[in-house]
Amino acid sequence: MSPSYLAQDPTLADFGRDPWWLVLIKIVFAFAFGLLATLLGVWFERRVVGYMQVRPGPNQVGPFGLLQTLADGLKMAFKEDILPKAADKVVYFFAPTISVICAVTALSVVPFGPMVSIFGHHTPLQVTDVPVAVLVLLACSSMGVYGIVLGGWASGSTYPLLGGLRSSAQMISYEVAMGLSIVAVFMTAGTMSTSGIVAQQGHGTELTIFGNSIPAPGWYAILLLPSFIIFFISTVGETNRAPFDLPEAESELVAGFMTEYSSLKFALFMLSEYVAMVTMSAVTTTLFLGGWRAPWPITIWEGANSGWWPMLWFFGKVIALVFVFVWLRGTLPRLRYDQFMRFGWKVLLPINLVWILVLSGLRSIEDWDSRGKLIAVGIPAGILLVATLFWPNRRPQPKPTTQEQVDNRPYGSFPLPPMDLQVPPSPRITRVVAEREPANIATGSDSREV
Amino acid sequence: MSLSPYAPIIGLFALAAAFSLFSVGAARFAGPHRYNKAKLEAYECGIEPSPQPVGGGRFPIKFYLTAMLFIVFDIEIIFLYPWAVSFDALPIFGFVEMVLFIVAVFVAYAYVWRRGGLDWD
Repeated sequence: MSPSYLAQDPTLADFGRDPWWLVLIKIVFAFAFGLLATLLGVWFERRVVGYMQVRPGPNQVGPFGLLQTLADGLKMAFKEDILPKAADKVVYFFAPTISVICAVTALSVVPFGPMVSIFGHHTPLQVTDVPVAVLVLLACSSMGVYGIVLGGWASGSTYPLLGGLRSSAQMISYEVAMGLSIVAVFMTAGTMSTSGIVAQQGHGTELTIFGNSIPAPGWYAILLLPSFIIFFISTVGETNRAPFDLPEAESELVAGFMTEYSSLKFALFMLSEYVAMVTMSAVTTTLFLGGWRAPWPITIWEGANSGWWPMLWFFGKVIALVFVFVWLRGTLPRLRYDQFMRFGWKVLLPINLVWILVLSGLRSIEDWDSRGKLIAVGIPAGILLVATLFWPNRRPQPKPTTQEQVDNRPYGSFPLPPMDLQVPPSPRITRVVAEREPANIATGSDSREV
Repeated sequence: MSLSPYAPIIGLFALAAAFSLFSVGAARFAGPHRYNKAKLEAYECGIEPSPQPVGGGRFPIKFYLTAMLFIVFDIEIIFLYPWAVSFDALPIFGFVEMVLFIVAVFVAYAYVWRRGGLDWD
């Protein structure tokens, strides 16, 4: 880990020095970024999915249909605001606000760019940064579950309740995978502040494997490829996006947790979903794709990483990731819920833990001699082999016959009707038989019975 | 005058709260209100809504189990974070300790797997 920060890289000491009006400008900017990203993101998604399905998508309102989302939002504001009879009034009212607040607050620690000069103040292009910035991000994304689960529960209806529960189970399952995948980032960067992680990705680290020194590129997406893949899969699960959009699977649950919501409350749920998607793309960019740093061909130009330019690279990377989100939606079918949970708990979690152990092991034997390395690698490999051999598997049990299942039922179960039960006709039902003379179409070779 | 680095987080929180509270509040007044009994019933694809049990009703125990498992692994993550951040400052002993900890949690994980706690159906 080399602490040679470049001049334009903000450090933690640069934060908390802004005057109040500059803080206000930055806050309003981040908030406007969230709203604008939603307005354009919905349009972008509909257009891209449209092209993928060989149809134009929205193209009437404004140039290229850009104002479509704005028009939809305005329309939604003048729709009737329905408060269902069975709803828990207070919770139903506040649930959308929780979702929005959590999604937007996460933007506060996303670095948009390096040190710039705003009205004579030398300040980082980031709302704020704290030593535990990534924890703030994780906290916001997990608090967002409350908005969804409370909204589903408070609606007092079956589909929203199931959607909310599914969503909470899904988000906490993928939260585990997501939390574990960024341990490798902290280990490599040695910090949890977002600006620090971006600064660490600025220079290629020297990766030493078995005596060979390989100059590796600085982006953690390349350096820590397994972490990046797991993190991106988890963000798709965490933001309830296709193919993991089970909480709002329209073929099963109508619209999931927002079935009973209408008008601006529904709009707020949509807003929070898209802000969360954009925030997650920004976080992925920050943690794995070098943040606001210019990608390789542009770095040949000296001034690429200073001034206001980095914001352009940052937005470019975010848009590329949002495109991947949309691409996934346009390509993959929705998973079944049990497959989805199995994938999270039985695939992502163990791979994550093993990867962390392997990485930390490699890092701690970096400067040993070759014999020590051989022992250090051989023993864990042997243990792993033995563990794989004796991995507990559920023994297949013979399926009991129907009679055995009936006999083994606990005391006090519902009485079972016999298998050959003849259901007597209900006395209330009178069978109506229409008398009708057979139609006479005995022409040609048509031999259908009428 | 300068603010604490944590203050802008509260600021963005307050701005988002103000915006969303204004929106849900405005929704009550902006739209029309035409009473219709069926409109206020729970939506169940057009059929008569099934009666909801008092107090929210029951849900599959699987969700509860998932939440408990989440707590176990979330605590593991919380222990991993400070260790990962200060990894370079720790001697080899820190690595061995963490291997032991992860293996201990892994035993619990294997037990849950074996008992079928990770199978949804």
